[in-house]
Amino acid sequence: MSQKDWPLWEVFIRSRQGLDHKHVGSLHAADARMAMENARDVYTRRLEGVSIWVVESKNIHASNPDEAAQFYDPAEDKAYRHPTFYNVPDDIEHM
Amino acid sequence: MTNEEIFEKKIQDDVRIEPKDWMPEAYRKTLIRQISQHAHSEVVGMLPEANWITRAPTLRRKATLLAKVQDEAGHGLYLYSAMETLGMPRAQAIDDLLSGKAKYSSIFNYPTLSWADMGTIGWLVDGAAILNQVPLCRTSYGPYARAMVRVCKEESFHQRQGFEIMQSLSQGSAEQKAMAQDAINRWWWPTLMMFGPRDAESGNTELSMKWRIKRFTNDELRQKFVDMMVPQAQHLGLSIPDPRLKWNEEKKGYDFGDVDWNEFWKVVKGQGPCNKQRLEARNKAHDQGAWVREAAAAYAEKRAKRAQLGASA
Amino acid sequence: MNTLLDYTLHLADNQLILGQRLCEWCGHNFVLEQDIAMSNIALDLIGQARSYYQYAAKLDGKNTEDELAMLRGERDYKNLLLLELPNGDFAETLARQFFYDVFHLLQMEDHLTSSDESLRAIAEKAVKEVRYHVTWSSEWMIRLGDGTTESHTRIQKAVNKAWMWTGEMFKASAFEGDLASKKIISDPKQFKLSWDQRVQAILSEATLKLPLEEPYQQGGKDGIHTEHLGFILAEMQSLQRTYPGLSW
Repeated sequence: MSQKDWPLWEVFIRSRQGLDHKHVGSLHAADARMAMENARDVYTRRLEGVSIWVVESKNIHASNPDEAAQFYDPAEDKAYRHPTFYNVPDDIEHM
Repeated sequence: MTNEEIFEKKIQDDVRIEPKDWMPEAYRKTLIRQISQHAHSEVVGMLPEANWITRAPTLRRKATLLAKVQDEAGHGLYLYSAMETLGMPRAQAIDDLLSGKAKYSSIFNYPTLSWADMGTIGWLVDGAAILNQVPLCRTSYGPYARAMVRVCKEESFHQRQGFEIMQSLSQGSAEQKAMAQDAINRWWWPTLMMFGPRDAESGNTELSMKWRIKRFTNDELRQKFVDMMVPQAQHLGLSIPDPRLKWNEEKKGYDFGDVDWNEFWKVVKGQGPCNKQRLEARNKAHDQGAWVREAAAAYAEKRAKRAQLGASA
Repeated sequence: MNTLLDYTLHLADNQLILGQRLCEWCGHNFVLEQDIAMSNIALDLIGQARSYYQYAAKLDGKNTEDELAMLRGERDYKNLLLLELPNGDFAETLARQFFYDVFHLLQMEDHLTSSDESLRAIAEKAVKEVRYHVTWSSEWMIRLGDGTTESHTRIQKAVNKAWMWTGEMFKASAFEGDLASKKIISDPKQFKLSWDQRVQAILSEATLKLPLEEPYQQGGKDGIHTEHLGFILAEMQSLQRTYPGLSW
């Protein structure tokens, strides 16, 4: 490569007050301030956002798909965590 | 199940493949090739239209054309981002573009000679691009599909922008009508070439279909495009430069003439009217910006060091 | 003389000519993210230019927005000379932008209290855009000034080169003088002190020096331009001049 890229940043946008920030994509920038401005210019041109988070991609730790089974499958048989698991008489209200 | 079987099953069940999932090396390579070519096309594709921003005939047209070309930069960026999730750095992909190793859509190797070309590119060329791109919103690789959803959303204003220009011209003076017709005459065949070689000669199609990277073949999309565009051209009162174009009641579609495949391959291999010019422009921009990229990186490093010193003091 | 019309055209021409210069960068920028950022600034400026031309068309009562932009010649254009200077390298584009942005913001802040309703309305929208422009160009001035030896040399050279053209911003033309006397706007010389302070603050952070000599050149507001403007207009107006009276 003739030259290295500026670092890669992941961009998260809150589209409206009251909503979570959501991952929208990535971009390159030399520093956090530039990443923020680039995110504004690239990802909010059509009023897509009211708040931006940028995180340098190298700081994101992702779970490993190889561990998916041990991570997520054990939750499958714990139906008692959901309200529908329990019997409540029909004439009980507000529960 | 083996990795391979899990992967195949996901493809069969239309479950998206995500960056850290196991995938066959050939799948990764095919995707890197296709996504980077797609990104390069967006970036090189800025040039023929940027050629007319400073000459747009009204301020409204200037603003909309600039916004459109800006979107193309954005599309390039979304696509490079998707590509980077496969482990290919953007700098390396751009190096491949600048050295002439990587390909991009040949349509951008044709010159934009009049204002009507802005209308024709928006209407015809973007029309073709949209047909190619809409199915990609459901492509099997998650980041690519998500980038395409964003691209397609933005793309819909592009085609309208082009059609509106064509409409003004076709309802305008004799000179304007002639300008519009001349543009269609020059762009029609290169646009049909955008769908790629005939299915029988397309080396990549079969695997790409199997892996659901691609969802329609080149010839299927080309037919769809002709069927879609003929009525629109009629609406504009402009003719399509193909004497063999004829409605076929039996197949409920148009029969049309043969693309000049000799020209197609010549342009792909570098002999189009603007291949060199486009690459030179990109190389010049890249080289002349080297000092700026270095400066910003150097400043970021200095500032990080100062912050560290400040924190430890 | 309709001084309000002249002033509105001056404002319109400022934004259009600088916007047009920034359009030249589109597709030719050194990083994709920067291409998008600079096109955003250009779009802000062209949008502002349109608002001013539309207002001017109303004041003038004879010409449309596009006729004012596309059919006036060099001697009728009233933009600042600084804004028509060629892009040069990124440093020259940036120095031009930065000097203007800081002035432009002061001007828009002043218009927020103008007694002219239209100028005020345009400023209310523009001031937010221009505030971002100042942030953007200030940060880049610092990055280049305090970046590498090469970037420092280039941006210092660009500052020196653009400097001579900055004085014009603060010298009231006849139309500005008249409007200032009617309290519609402030005399631009009143912006000079704040401009100096804001520019100086960024430049010292960027480890750059301001030239010492008095910036001398002027004429744009009266239609006496550099050799560059003729080419900008020749390009920008070519379709309207070749095919007069058509709609596009």
